[in-house]
Amino acid sequence: MGVEGIGARVARKEDKRFLMGQGKYTDDMSVPGMCYAAFVRSPHAHAKIRSIDISAAADMPGVIGVLNGKQMLDDGIGNLICGWMIHSKDGSPMKMGAWRPIAHDTVRYVGDAVAVVVADTMGEARDAAEAVVVEYDVLPAVTDAVKALEAGQPQLHPEAPGNLIYDWEIGDGAATDAAIAAAAHVTEMKIVNNRLAPNPMEPRAALGIYDSAEDHYTCYTTSQNPHVARLVMSAFYNVAPENKLRVIAPDVGGGFGSKIYIYPEEIVCLWASKRTGVPVKWTSDRTEAFLTDAHGRDHVSTVKMAFDADNRVTALKVDTIANFGAYMSLFSSAVPTYLYATLLSGQYNFPAIHANVRAVYTNTVAVDAYRGAGRPEATYLLERTMETAARELGVSPAELRRINFIRSFPHQTPVIMNYDAGDYEASLEAAMKAADWAGFPARKAEAAGRGMKRGIGMSCYIEACGIAPSAAVGSLGAGVGLWESAEVRVNAVGTVEVLTGSHSHGQGHETTFAQLVADRFGVPLDSVSIVHGDTDKVQMGMGTYGSRSGAVGMSAVVKALDKVETKAKKIAAHLMEADESDIVIENGALKVAGTDKSVPWFQMALAAYTAHNLPSGMEPGLKEGAFYDPANFTFPAGCYIAEVEVDPDTGKTKIVQFVAADDFGNIINPMIVEGQVHGGIAQGIGQALLEGVHYDPETGQLLTASYMDYTMPRADDLPSFQVSHQITPCPNNPLGIKGCGEAGAIGSPPALMNAITDAIGNNDLTMPATPQKVWAAARATAN
Amino acid sequence: MAKVAMTVNGRKVSKECEGRTLLVHFLRDTLSLTGTHIGCDTSQCGACVVHMDGKAVKSCSMLAAQAAGAEILTIEGLAANGELHPVQAAFKANHGLQCGFCTPGMVMTAVDMINRYGAKLNEQTVRENLEGNICRCTGYHNIVKAILAAAEDMGAAGRQAAE
Amino acid sequence: MYATNYHRASSVADAVKLQSSSDEAKYVSGGMTLIPTMKQRLAAPSDLVDLRHIAEMKGISVNGSRVRIGAATTHYEVSTSAELKAACPAISHLAAHIGDPHVRHMGTIGGSIANNDPAADYPSAMLALGATIVTNAREVAAEDFFTGLFETALEAGEIVVAVTFDAPAKAGYAKFPNPASRYAMAGVFVAKAGNGSVRVAVTGAGSNGVFRHAGLEAALAANWSADAASGVDVDASDLLSDLHGSAEYRANLVKVMAKRAVAAA
Repeated sequence: MGVEGIGARVARKEDKRFLMGQGKYTDDMSVPGMCYAAFVRSPHAHAKIRSIDISAAADMPGVIGVLNGKQMLDDGIGNLICGWMIHSKDGSPMKMGAWRPIAHDTVRYVGDAVAVVVADTMGEARDAAEAVVVEYDVLPAVTDAVKALEAGQPQLHPEAPGNLIYDWEIGDGAATDAAIAAAAHVTEMKIVNNRLAPNPMEPRAALGIYDSAEDHYTCYTTSQNPHVARLVMSAFYNVAPENKLRVIAPDVGGGFGSKIYIYPEEIVCLWASKRTGVPVKWTSDRTEAFLTDAHGRDHVSTVKMAFDADNRVTALKVDTIANFGAYMSLFSSAVPTYLYATLLSGQYNFPAIHANVRAVYTNTVAVDAYRGAGRPEATYLLERTMETAARELGVSPAELRRINFIRSFPHQTPVIMNYDAGDYEASLEAAMKAADWAGFPARKAEAAGRGMKRGIGMSCYIEACGIAPSAAVGSLGAGVGLWESAEVRVNAVGTVEVLTGSHSHGQGHETTFAQLVADRFGVPLDSVSIVHGDTDKVQMGMGTYGSRSGAVGMSAVVKALDKVETKAKKIAAHLMEADESDIVIENGALKVAGTDKSVPWFQMALAAYTAHNLPSGMEPGLKEGAFYDPANFTFPAGCYIAEVEVDPDTGKTKIVQFVAADDFGNIINPMIVEGQVHGGIAQGIGQALLEGVHYDPETGQLLTASYMDYTMPRADDLPSFQVSHQITPCPNNPLGIKGCGEAGAIGSPPALMNAITDAIGNNDLTMPATPQKVWAAARATAN
Repeated sequence: MAKVAMTVNGRKVSKECEGRTLLVHFLRDTLSLTGTHIGCDTSQCGACVVHMDGKAVKSCSMLAAQAAGAEILTIEGLAANGELHPVQAAFKANHGLQCGFCTPGMVMTAVDMINRYGAKLNEQTVRENLEGNICRCTGYHNIVKAILAAAEDMGAAGRQAAE
Repeated sequence: MYATNYHRASSVADAVKLQSSSDEAKYVSGGMTLIPTMKQRLAAPSDLVDLRHIAEMKGISVNGSRVRIGAATTHYEVSTSAELKAACPAISHLAAHIGDPHVRHMGTIGGSIANNDPAADYPSAMLALGATIVTNAREVAAEDFFTGLFETALEAGEIVVAVTFDAPAKAGYAKFPNPASRYAMAGVFVAKAGNGSVRVAVTGAGSNGVFRHAGLEAALAANWSADAASGVDVDASDLLSDLHGSAEYRANLVKVMAKRAVAAA
């Protein structure tokens, strides 16, 4: 490792502009003549639109246009799509209702767009939006997925009778049932995974610019994957052909999944720009974000975990109902199936698993992937159940896990996944040591002396990321391949530009991707630039989500670097009249091994472009591209331990320590990896202790529509974290890396809930474990 | 429309704006100082924090007119001649930012905090004084670390200057 | 936000004149509640009259046991005043925990009590300290000032210019914040006057805003100790109930916060 190469703790190249207020986010963009869009949104969770009267609004100051969904339909703008086909167990395809960018007939959640106003200023647009008069015939609404499946409930889409989108299964039901029937012990639980709002700090925004002379559109948007946005807007929404549509995602202020999807607003801004003849910008406010950004989680499950007389797991049976909201968002169908049920084996050697998943429409905003996406739900279910089983069996939680760990690799689980490498014991040991697990009883006794209830809990998670092998996901229903692209351009002076289809929204790609180049060619980090986020600059890419930018995006860079290296060596060999196979690259120079002959990197680069003296037949220039399609998923895993003190008087939980021991394979920049873990843990703690989306079950009104009611984790809710890494390199990609973006959010919720229930001696507690709930649960045991 | 005059980052400005214009919009839209951000609409996230007459305030929760005549310092005015302020430098050294969106508010809050507490800051005080700033990326771990490092750095610098 | 016109008052008389020139004018001080409310289009004053720069409404004075705090004094100034910390540390403590540092730099005591948010901190202190609310027209006992949710005895155009109270022999404040908004879910201010009388005021929990709790007052008058509060029955029937706390939970919090306030006094 060099000081700037792979494994170095390099400070981030992108930081200076953010620290000086010079970052450029979508809402910072401004173009001449730009006007502002404000949406008229449904105040009802379910209603027929009877009429829309725009006359008052159209006459208001500054108003350029008031547009509706019918016009959008007339202009041929397509329905929003879901990109992953799931078939029910009876073989029928998922039942997908139509999702219009602007509703013209029926609204299905509070916040569904019904019209858009374009005006000179944001204030004028909002004033006029308020003056649009919409008459509704209000229909009954249902927000709870379990209830929505019952007979007699409001029906959202004619295409999906009973609100059922699919009824899907995985695994061997008969073998699972037989093992449960023969088990020495079965632990049964009902598990609720609470609904969350992702809340990147930058609200979504879009700026649509139509150039009538060129019949060309430009879209600035807060996207994790601008290329996918262009593809979908072009191929499915009929906004414009790809060569007439440029999508730019400049600096993106966090996403956590919620900025993967192509939402109605960016389509509307582009379309409205052509309709009105002015550039149109829309910026979400936070309340609009709560109403319209895709939410995450929202599962209700029952689980049976079976053990033999030696406390070995023999089977797992799961039944899950997943709330999809009012419409099927882009990846929604994959989340509770191939990103969830395929991880139900956890770190354990289950001989049999069966899971059944029903996906359900409700009158709530769409639910899709949010940091972890399916894997937190699987981990929470498994690790709460494993902990409960340990309590029931009278075995220590660590011991029960140890007995059941998978210990040889590769390991084929009963639910598709083939784990390639791991050492679960190592992470467990590291975490227990860091947490001083052995010293807990003394700490508990000391806390009791202060009137505090102290508890400890662990969670051993596994996830699948580095998504994903294209042929494999294609066979499972994915509408796209999940490879990544890269291009490495060496300039004539030896500086390097890396073009990547990954796109950072906080992960530090401008630093870590550059570290690969510095490591390979020995050039200074400052001489490497990363280009991303613009479809005019980078031809195609699949974007950043599912902890894929390291394992997939960087692997593509490595492939391109290989090609550049090969050509560079050929040029250097030619210049030094040496054999290509004798050339080594060291400290920014190409050398003939075992001699003092060398050519500086920049001189080789110059030679490539002057082309005065290249090997016979070689093309000038030094620029190589690559597409990398992963051979398998990657499988980060680890062990998290939470220790808490509960104040029985108020029910308030204080996290006294939080330990994370993760195996992410090889690490490019430990500082950045630790930062990803910290952030993930904070979101996991948020889910366990603080956060929860609540809709009024009768009216479908969103009750948690601002930070006044939705509890975001703040600095004083959290401790500092103890983070460590155990490394088993991933055998399936050139860098041996697995991915680290989601682990924190996956592993932490069950650790906390196990700790709190341990502290209060009552296992009947749902997330978020708010003071009120914990107080009530603690009292229930005390009485 | 009314004329509003104030000093922003040491420069006198006088601009027409609507009475309802918030200070944050005046900074972002009228003065093109887009470093100050808007992350919520209920005055909780602190992405909009600037200094008014030396004290941290939320620029989304006051009208531009309320700041008339005041000295405003925004994130753009913190670094001198391209040299990062010690708090900015500490955020970089300690990886106290990821997506960067909350960062301007965090940095302005940190400077205000250090102004008020100096070297007396400890982890608990820092966490309590971040009540008005929400970050979704970092889990605050490295923000707290950066602020403590900056406070120590600036305290040390202050002591050196005094000696 | 709807359109509005801003006016800066230079004196109380100037403020009254500016306010009276429009039917829909409102006073603004720190604006920490009013401006966010206007942003959400839940308030639409045609004109805003800014009181923050009126010199006669600023400042803290302690004369013997008599304390006067100008209405335009910020929470930050109250929390850091050495004079107040000596005379009534409980109110400094309360001010130091309102909102966040940025809010404390802008928000004022006058704005807080004139708004009488049911979850605001200051009204409980005013009530428990038996404070007098001084307006440009009269003096009103805190008891008579807070009349309900966001309701006060203020007449149209009337301005709170200061609050006065006698420094208590002992006083303490403890609150349990709403996990999301950080407003008080239950805040209890306990005060024992120089003559031994005890007043206990509760904010954040009452369905009709800030209120005094007779049971806690009687128990603490008889025995000024945290334990004494434990035996008091706090009736949940008049308490707020919402997503974050049922009335029953709030009743528990009132008792627990009372104990902690006494312990801190």
